[in-house]
Amino acid sequence: MKGTDAIGEAAVQAGCRCYFGYPITPQNELPEYMSKRMDEVGGVFLQGESEIASINMVLGAAAAGVRAMTSSSSPGISLKQEGLSFLASLELPAVIVNINRGGPGLGNIAPSQGDYYQATRGGGHGDYRMPVYAPAGVQELYDITMKAFDVADMYRTPVMILGDGMMGQIVEPIVRHKRPDVELPPKDYILDGCEGRPSRIVKSLILDVRLMEEHNWKLKRKYDLMKKELPMHEEFMTSDAKMIVVAYGTAARIAKGAVKRVRSNGLPVGLIRPITLWPFPDEAIANITKKAKAVLVFEMSTGQMVDDVRLATNGRIDCEFYGRPGGVVAAPQEIARIIERHWLQKELS
Amino acid sequence: MKKVFSRPKCLKPAPFHYCPGCGHSIIHRLVAELIDEMGLQGKAICIPPAGCAVLAYNYFDIDVCESAHGRGCAIATGFKRALPDRFVFTYQGDGDMAAIGTAETIHAANRGELITSIFVNNAVYGMTGGQMAPTTMLGQKTTTSPFGRRSKVEGYPLKITDLIAQLDGAAYVARTSVGTPAKILATKKALKKAFEVQLEGLGYTLVEVLSPCPTNWKMTPVDAFKYLQERMEKEYPLQVFKDITAQKKED
Repeated sequence: MKGTDAIGEAAVQAGCRCYFGYPITPQNELPEYMSKRMDEVGGVFLQGESEIASINMVLGAAAAGVRAMTSSSSPGISLKQEGLSFLASLELPAVIVNINRGGPGLGNIAPSQGDYYQATRGGGHGDYRMPVYAPAGVQELYDITMKAFDVADMYRTPVMILGDGMMGQIVEPIVRHKRPDVELPPKDYILDGCEGRPSRIVKSLILDVRLMEEHNWKLKRKYDLMKKELPMHEEFMTSDAKMIVVAYGTAARIAKGAVKRVRSNGLPVGLIRPITLWPFPDEAIANITKKAKAVLVFEMSTGQMVDDVRLATNGRIDCEFYGRPGGVVAAPQEIARIIERHWLQKELS
Repeated sequence: MKKVFSRPKCLKPAPFHYCPGCGHSIIHRLVAELIDEMGLQGKAICIPPAGCAVLAYNYFDIDVCESAHGRGCAIATGFKRALPDRFVFTYQGDGDMAAIGTAETIHAANRGELITSIFVNNAVYGMTGGQMAPTTMLGQKTTTSPFGRRSKVEGYPLKITDLIAQLDGAAYVARTSVGTPAKILATKKALKKAFEVQLEGLGYTLVEVLSPCPTNWKMTPVDAFKYLQERMEKEYPLQVFKDITAQKKED
């Protein structure tokens, strides 16, 4: 199955019944898939007039109590930031897919990881966070998309799935799981007409600064809970590793190939792949790097996640960085050479 | 004694925060009366704007969802597509409708979204303190057009209702005013028609209501109502632009 189709099918299986989006490469296969599937399952597919309109349509559907999603790529995700901030403050669930392309500006359509800061720091205005998942294969795209809808409902929050053109276009065999049974809180906030109940308000305008402060602290408590409950990561050959490579998404697949290469040359190197970028798997990274002598962060950017790795390791260990921004996809050989160079420079043997 | 006038059921017992002489209170009341009369309270969803009417949820006793500035028609689209049998309306000002939300408005209308937009035009940005609006008239002074709006600098007043009437998706489009009691009754009639057309599933409906803003026009309420009728209603003539039910009858 193709990456974008896996996202779409998982969304359908998760009960998503509203998709709103605006075309942008390299993610057009997803709205194309949804335009067919939503019709088949009696859902709503609507191509909005802009990314701004689309995210606000998602907001309306989410407030109406229907599972809703949108997808876009970097410049389009910038336009959606207003809506993301509102979704976060209004505490409405939604799933947003960002198939990251090379940037900034119009950039190009090649795989890139330049949107890490925007995704993990909220992106829109105000003091909020949002769970961000970075799958690294089609099976994971499927599983994580399905999970994202439950996480969105569980915490009443927008959830982002961050991929790139490589993740979107890749074709791999997958096993279709059924949606796991998850106990979700009742949707006692939705607006569907006040027949038989008091009328409700969904709003984020809180003019009283004390009440607004309390709303911010309430969101913070929710984010703290997410930090405890949501972090996910994968470890590869870390148990005896003297050097740990940290990479996510497409970069992690490349890094895994590189680790296998240097392992065959006898270098005990391992890989940590954060699956959640926010909340970041701080604890896991802190623990796994305790026994290591060096950390190398590889990103398809000029260095963004490396900041989070440095925070997680808190100065206990040097975190070196290697990046290929702008849509360049490095081969595993290249990363293997970088690993070997650092190995020699740090005299790890 | 016989009670001849009372608060509509779906208007909460809260005093309006609107300035003396503002048209919002009148229009709110008309909407509330109609929701009562048409039995829509239990299925109504209101999307107020960013603007003076942002606090509409303090008054309407129905489900209300806030919107970012200009996004009303997109949010209403999300609601109506998700819940096609509900009654969904946006309540928007001139900046919301015809500047920052022009795209959302025109495209919702063009898709024939089964929603109603109540567009309150007072030719000025009220809540932010009287800046120029897309509907500010030539020569009209505002805090950001202190010499009066000049066509060569700020362009012309945007007649978005006239534009929307041209779109195939629009089913009922009218412009009314709250200038006199008779015009207020005509406004109620237009709103009722728009609500009915939405419920019949015929297309997008829009009622533009010309309304005074004494505070930002820097006039007394009496002078503001005079200005509304002598100046605004000339710039923006009151009329039904489109009514596909009337066309149907002719057919």
